[in-house]
Amino acid sequence: MPITYTSGEQIEVYRFSIPVTIGVPLLALFLQTFLPRRIFSIFDLPLLVTIFFAMARRNPISGLLTGAAIGLAQDMLGPYPIGIYGIAKTVVGYGASSLGAKLDVENAGARFLVTLGFYLVHAAVYFTVARGMVNMTLNWSWSRGIEAGLANAALGVGLYFLLDKFKQRT
Amino acid sequence: MESVLGRYRNLIILVGVLFLQVLGLAVQVKRSADAENTRLIRIWAVDTITPFERALVWAQNSGKNIWHNYFFLRGVRAENRQLKEQIEQMRLEQVRLSEDAEQAHRLQSLLAFKEQTIAKTVAAQVIGSSGSDLSRSIYIDKGSNDGVGLDMAVITAGGIVGKVLRVYPSTTLVLMINDQTSGVGAMLEKSRLQGVLRGTADGAVILERVMSDEQVTPGETVISSGGDQIFPKGLPVGTVTKVSPGREMFLNIQVKPAADLSRLEEVLVITEKQEQNPVAETGGRVRAADILAQRLPSVPDRPAVDTATAAATGNKVIAPVPATSPGAKPSAPVQSSVKPEAAQHPATPSIGKVPPSPTGAAPGSTKAVSTGGTQEAPGNGQAAASQVPKKSVPKAAASEPALNGDSPNAEGSIAAVPAPKSTTTQPKRPVPQPSPQPPATEDDPH
Repeated sequence: MPITYTSGEQIEVYRFSIPVTIGVPLLALFLQTFLPRRIFSIFDLPLLVTIFFAMARRNPISGLLTGAAIGLAQDMLGPYPIGIYGIAKTVVGYGASSLGAKLDVENAGARFLVTLGFYLVHAAVYFTVARGMVNMTLNWSWSRGIEAGLANAALGVGLYFLLDKFKQRT
Repeated sequence: MESVLGRYRNLIILVGVLFLQVLGLAVQVKRSADAENTRLIRIWAVDTITPFERALVWAQNSGKNIWHNYFFLRGVRAENRQLKEQIEQMRLEQVRLSEDAEQAHRLQSLLAFKEQTIAKTVAAQVIGSSGSDLSRSIYIDKGSNDGVGLDMAVITAGGIVGKVLRVYPSTTLVLMINDQTSGVGAMLEKSRLQGVLRGTADGAVILERVMSDEQVTPGETVISSGGDQIFPKGLPVGTVTKVSPGREMFLNIQVKPAADLSRLEEVLVITEKQEQNPVAETGGRVRAADILAQRLPSVPDRPAVDTATAAATGNKVIAPVPATSPGAKPSAPVQSSVKPEAAQHPATPSIGKVPPSPTGAAPGSTKAVSTGGTQEAPGNGQAAASQVPKKSVPKAAASEPALNGDSPNAEGSIAAVPAPKSTTTQPKRPVPQPSPQPPATEDDPH
């Protein structure tokens, strides 16, 4: 029998304190802009935070709103029109929370694969919007995309275990 | 109905949130020309983040300075000695370059070229980036309060970095040249081929729009062409690393940026450019004859029959060259078939060195065209004196107005300095050297 998000007894749903809910995404955005580009530009910390919160809360609405907020904030700091990251992270937040409601994504292997998958989904939505709507001349590089996806998935596994400490049971 | 809404509530909210964002994006795209629409919200976001970045950069630099100024002084003496030697070498180089630059200015003023110079810059520190691997931009700690404006060029001592994309009161967002949406007018220094510099998805830089039948070799220097009206002409852009056939009829030229874009700490924003006619040092209108008189060795009086015969037969007659001549640089063997023409038509700038380009590029980089085909002038630009085919100089000089397009008087200037008909053809066959003539002396001071 598949586990759905309505079966609250079988899937643990977590919540976070307000300082963590606001502070962690802000810290991720700050580190993303501040850390040296030559090392950290390949990582997308706001995306990892979006996936983590979405999977932990297991609530699609909460997930998509978290993704939208983080994505729009990231857009405001970037050079391109506001909304490209917002749309991409909204989709990822919705998808991650929906997946989190159906699957146990507490172990490292599952988290690695989920993060890799959502990184590629995020990139696909981003490029679709950027090229289709904004008419930007962006080119997709598979090698770079896979490389960045694996790097983010590896970092994500470590980061999620760190952020697990802030979880509060409902 | 209610059950349907309840069942698809999540999906409906998702679609609603996405629709709102798409709507906002569409409004921005439609009004992209008016950048003020999204300024306020961006200012809030940037003002929230950048104070922390400034503080951290300040703390980081303070710590670094303490380390470098007090603890890390080992080897400073040896380094000082090495730097002094380097200064001496650079002084020698400067002497040579300043002579070339003076000559370039004189020739530019003759042709009424306009040159763009950097009049004012603002030094700024890099405090952050856009925080995305998909866009490449940086934040610097100077803004509109410091005179920074939109579309200003940002450079380092190494080369160009990017252009100002958004300006905030105390911060500026700079779009780097390796961003996929950036475009810089660039050209190859040696062959003067022009193209457009763009970033790739990998963060590399490529030069586009160079036809595939052109010859481009790795190692060639790329400079700004000035065609984008942002970067002044002649700034270093990078070096060609790889050339491969690209899409359609164009080459795919990979360029390694001259500035290290991943390790930027300090940059310069060009806040003011000046467009002016180069001023010759002598003041007033300078004639080519004056320049030739300065740069060429004097011509001894010779029997008219000798030169006439030589010109008719195309024989080379080595003219005696004085050991010292004011301002003369090289004294390679001078052909008498050239000298009399120079005396009769002293305004012809084709005799002697190939004039440097207005960008100050090395004379050797100018492509010389002769009746015998295309050839490159010698690289150092000195030994080439008096050996460059005469046609090459008017050709090279005349090609420049087409490049920058800002010299409407250039044609008139060339017409005012007519080249004699005989200069279009030069005898290229070997010529016996008359024995009584003393060999030309190589009194190159450099």
